[in-house]
Amino acid sequence: MTGLAILIPVAIGLGLTGLAAFFWALSDNQFDDPDGAAARILVDEEDEE
Amino acid sequence: MNGPLKPGTASVAAQSRFAVPGMHCAGCISKIEQGLNARSGVHAARVNFTSKQVSIAHDPELTEIDLGEAIRALGFEPTLIADPEAAQNEAGATRELLRALAVAGFAAMNVMLLSVSIWSGADGATRTLFHWISALIALPAIAYAGRPFFRSAWQALRHGRTNMDVPIAIGVAITAAISLHETIIGGEHAYFESALMLLFFLLAGRALDATMRRKVGDGVAALARQSAPGALVIDDDGHSRWTKAEALEAGMTMQLAAGERLAADGVVTEGRSAIDASLLTGESAPQPVGPGTEVFAGTLNADAPITVKVTAASDDTALADIGRLMAASGQSKSRYVRIADRGARLYAPLVHALALLSFIGWMIAGADWHQALLIGVAVLIITCPCALGLAVPVAQVVATGSLMRRGVLVKHESALERLAQADRAVFDKTGTLTLDRLAVENLDDLDAAQKGIALSLARKSRHPLAGALREALEAEDVTAAHLEDCSEIPGEGVRGVHRGDTVALERPATAQSGPAVALTVAGKADIVIRFRDTVRPDAAQSIDQLSKLGLPGSILSGDSAAAVRPVARTLHLTAQTAARPEDKCEALERLRRAGHTVLMVGDGMNDGPALAAAHVSMAPGSASDVGQNAADLVFLGDSLAPLPFAVRAARRTMTIVRQNFALAILYNALAVPLAIAGFVTPLVAAVAMSLSSLIVIANSLRLRRVR
Repeated sequence: MTGLAILIPVAIGLGLTGLAAFFWALSDNQFDDPDGAAARILVDEEDEE
Repeated sequence: MNGPLKPGTASVAAQSRFAVPGMHCAGCISKIEQGLNARSGVHAARVNFTSKQVSIAHDPELTEIDLGEAIRALGFEPTLIADPEAAQNEAGATRELLRALAVAGFAAMNVMLLSVSIWSGADGATRTLFHWISALIALPAIAYAGRPFFRSAWQALRHGRTNMDVPIAIGVAITAAISLHETIIGGEHAYFESALMLLFFLLAGRALDATMRRKVGDGVAALARQSAPGALVIDDDGHSRWTKAEALEAGMTMQLAAGERLAADGVVTEGRSAIDASLLTGESAPQPVGPGTEVFAGTLNADAPITVKVTAASDDTALADIGRLMAASGQSKSRYVRIADRGARLYAPLVHALALLSFIGWMIAGADWHQALLIGVAVLIITCPCALGLAVPVAQVVATGSLMRRGVLVKHESALERLAQADRAVFDKTGTLTLDRLAVENLDDLDAAQKGIALSLARKSRHPLAGALREALEAEDVTAAHLEDCSEIPGEGVRGVHRGDTVALERPATAQSGPAVALTVAGKADIVIRFRDTVRPDAAQSIDQLSKLGLPGSILSGDSAAAVRPVARTLHLTAQTAARPEDKCEALERLRRAGHTVLMVGDGMNDGPALAAAHVSMAPGSASDVGQNAADLVFLGDSLAPLPFAVRAARRTMTIVRQNFALAILYNALAVPLAIAGFVTPLVAAVAMSLSSLIVIANSLRLRRVR
């Protein structure tokens, strides 16, 4: 039973980490332009700035 | 990489958004962004490749016209998006649904994990501990993820109505409350996972629906043409400044370049040009104008620069009259109740009555109140419209997706339902049955040398007839002849010199039945080149298919009888001609009184009121933005084939929706007696709920194969 006291918080903690990562991605506009993100890797950025 | 727009250095940056449908690769992205960023006054330009838009933060001094010109200079055709706020709000709503979905999914998975161990035999202190952990996860999650439902249910109840969200909200709230009570008294059954799963499934349906609708909205915004947001106004002291359409007043003088749309009604004071009024009146031939001619807002100055004195602006224009007529005729459509809501009106009271009756029944039968309450909750959970809630959205999302792949955009949420009911089709002519460009009728009357001269002359003019002639000649690979001293006489034609002889492409001296130009070679031998409407490819076939589907068609055009006759004859349709916008509405009303549900297909501003008044309406992608906004569906491309396809898809969708309803009712008929009898444990509820949802989704996915 002592194992449960560790494993359950760990499991929930990992789940929460994933949830937090998703929230961050959503608020960081990561899902706004999926096609653009795929294309931008081909853009040569050396000329910029 | 996907960081938000940098606000720029100045705190007062204006934001503009343009749709740029022409971008198609990584090169286009960097070309647009770098090109715009290099311009002074632009703080930051950011391309969204998925929606084919560019957002620009810029100095307020830089107008939208300047930015549009800058994008055009980079080789792309931009369209200003008038209202970025609305799109932003919708994106925010989708985002909230996605957050709620993520929370519900996370909580459902964790609670399910705990529940599985309870179902497999954990009891005593372990069970109570697991119930408590479940409660700790579930209650905040339900409070967060359930907000869309609670809010909508509260809205409905406050106005004395009921919708699908009312049984959901009540079911979830009561389930959570009774489970918490069970947890506190150390009872056997808690239904936290049922409540969370219910929310998860329903949110998935909603999020899918919202994402799809946003995509469609973006597509339509990108298609909408820029309808004269303003005009260049000349002051008394000769200065010119850009004035928005709302700020224009009678008495002002507007300067119009060729290719610009009029923002107000007026009278031409200087210059000769041709006005393309096809979107406003349905006439396909451009009309010549000169000083003293009346011109109307929404028409296109096709040929040469003109100066126009404004006689009526903003709300007083002929265009605004059409807008008012449209608002009035669109009211019947807003009263249409979607099938899902009609279902909910019957379903919700039934379910609540059933749950209440089981509770009372068991109390009378002698069970204690705790047991009776648990059974009542079980009935509520089992009947909770999980499958019903998914029945309509999933089917519609799948159908909308397959329609989109075939070039049909669904703009209105009840469009498919209404399209499936249509039993008459009424077509506009110009731009709908015909393409929005004219075709040359007698190109073979010209010999090779004449064709070469005609091509060179046509290239010198922006007149629509010259454009049509140029396209036809270029399609034949005609080599252009070398000309000297070319000049365009606005309102008359183009002249030039070919090997010492005067050549000209002009308005014919004699009156012609249809649009025509006269070609003069070597100062003599006028050859009249005639033009006619091009009927869309496979129009006859598509109209034939429609009538086989039970939608016999007819033409309702604003153009003259002479112009409509050849089209009506080719397509074997009866026609009403010279119909003004109010005549079109009247014609539709006659059909409605005769008991018909009409599909109106039209494109122009003159069709706007008819499109709004019809039971369901479609517009081609080349339509005016008025036409596109009023229509329920928009089809892309030159072919009319998407029409019968859309009707078939809509009918198939409604068949599937009805099957889904039948499946959901069948499931209830099987499960409810079990619940009332008291056999439904949390395990049974969880299995039954996911099974019925999966069956409904699987059934809806069959719509992907609609042909």
